Amino acid sequence: MNTTNKQVRLGLNGDEAVAYAAYHADVDVISAYPITPQTIIVERLSEFVYNGELDAEFIAVESEHSALSAAVGASLAGARTFTATASQGLALMYEILYIASSLRTSIVMALGNRAFSAPINIHCSHDDAYAARDAGWIQFFAENVQEAYDLTLIAFKVSEDKKVLFPSIVNLDGFILTHSVEPLNIFEDKQVIKEFLPDREAVNKIDPSSPITYGPLALPDYYMEIKKQQAEAFKSTSIRIKEIFGEYEEFSGRSYSPLKKLYVDDADIVFVVLGSTAGTMRTMVKRWRENGEKVGVLSLTLYRPFPSREVAEVLKDVDTVVVMDRSYSFGSPGGQLYMDVAAALNKYGKYNRLVNAIYGLGGRDFTPEMAEDMLNASKDPSIREIWVGVRG
Amino acid sequence: MSSWPNKWEELPIGGVVDKPGNSLEVKTGSWRALKPVIDLDKCIKCLLCWVYCPDNAIIRRDDDYVEVDYEYCKGCGICAHECPTKAIDMVEEGGE
Repeated sequence: MNTTNKQVRLGLNGDEAVAYAAYHADVDVISAYPITPQTIIVERLSEFVYNGELDAEFIAVESEHSALSAAVGASLAGARTFTATASQGLALMYEILYIASSLRTSIVMALGNRAFSAPINIHCSHDDAYAARDAGWIQFFAENVQEAYDLTLIAFKVSEDKKVLFPSIVNLDGFILTHSVEPLNIFEDKQVIKEFLPDREAVNKIDPSSPITYGPLALPDYYMEIKKQQAEAFKSTSIRIKEIFGEYEEFSGRSYSPLKKLYVDDADIVFVVLGSTAGTMRTMVKRWRENGEKVGVLSLTLYRPFPSREVAEVLKDVDTVVVMDRSYSFGSPGGQLYMDVAAALNKYGKYNRLVNAIYGLGGRDFTPEMAEDMLNASKDPSIREIWVGVRG
Repeated sequence: MSSWPNKWEELPIGGVVDKPGNSLEVKTGSWRALKPVIDLDKCIKCLLCWVYCPDNAIIRRDDDYVEVDYEYCKGCGICAHECPTKAIDMVEEGGE
């Protein structure tokens, strides 16, 4: 089936693209609190609802804690449920993150990645995405506005799948993607999407004629079995995610996979990266290849569940792996992505030389000059951690 | 639940309780450190203990005297506290 003719080409920023995706997914409930840089998402959605274009309940709450709490209830009631937040908002949602995943809801959240305070900053770091990494949410990273739209649609299909039943986060870099207008293809209307994303059929739905208790007390006698079941269920989601990527490719003509690699196979140095910087790195690697540098780039579209085996397989013959973190994990052996990559390699018996590059914190532009500096530093065997472009 | 699951695979998804009204299957009497012992000679059948018990663990007999359902009584002591004639003693479990 090819529906590429049912798409239109528009210029939208990342927030608008996500709002269109939620609108096209025909969501039933939006529960959100505005916060930069995702505010445009909920503004557009509230317009769609107000104009009568989208038949949904827009719950304007007083905080992100309430936004996610209401979303949990809505999702358990069987509604296709959407929310969006960033940075401090995600932090305020923190306790509900675990509840949303442990109760196996199907919420989709867009996260306009933004640095944590202090100092207060509204620009991109991946602090918020990393803060949610252990919470049992599937996480996707968009590299551009097109991906932000596509991954939001994919996220609904994944989260509502009966073999998945976990909430999803779609990450898009604050301002770099949320506020940049890019050309993209979107589907003509909601009806086109129904073929890929039919109405939701909820499991364990709230039903007064058949009462269920959600989140009851479980003490040392059963808590551990419940967590083991959740752990195994979460691990197994990667199978369905890959299948749904395939279904979406057939539906849209655009291809997705957990990993994207460029020139990795014969590379001496590979850069591992999340989000919009993957595009920058791809341009740089092409440039470096012309100068005879054996370099490659590996970016992750799927961050949770972490594709450990694929990452280890792809990197197995690479001398130096430079893991780029747009965040910092104080007191840890390295940045959050660095630790994931190191553990994945170790798990499958690979012991590459690892370098951690900390870049772009608080929206610091990642320029070609900085990429050059990072490449040069990564060749120095005495260097294990680079703060790219920091003064001093 | 007529039987408790032995494996993590057998638990309901999300740890929900998918059948209502099954609290009778959860015997909470083992939580008790102190147990209420009723001296019926002092009991005036006011039934305050029966009203106040948060776990319905005071059984009202046909003659309006009361007994304790030790399978569910958690030993909170509210009955002893409320009893106007001090007919209920809280006695250490295991000792007599």
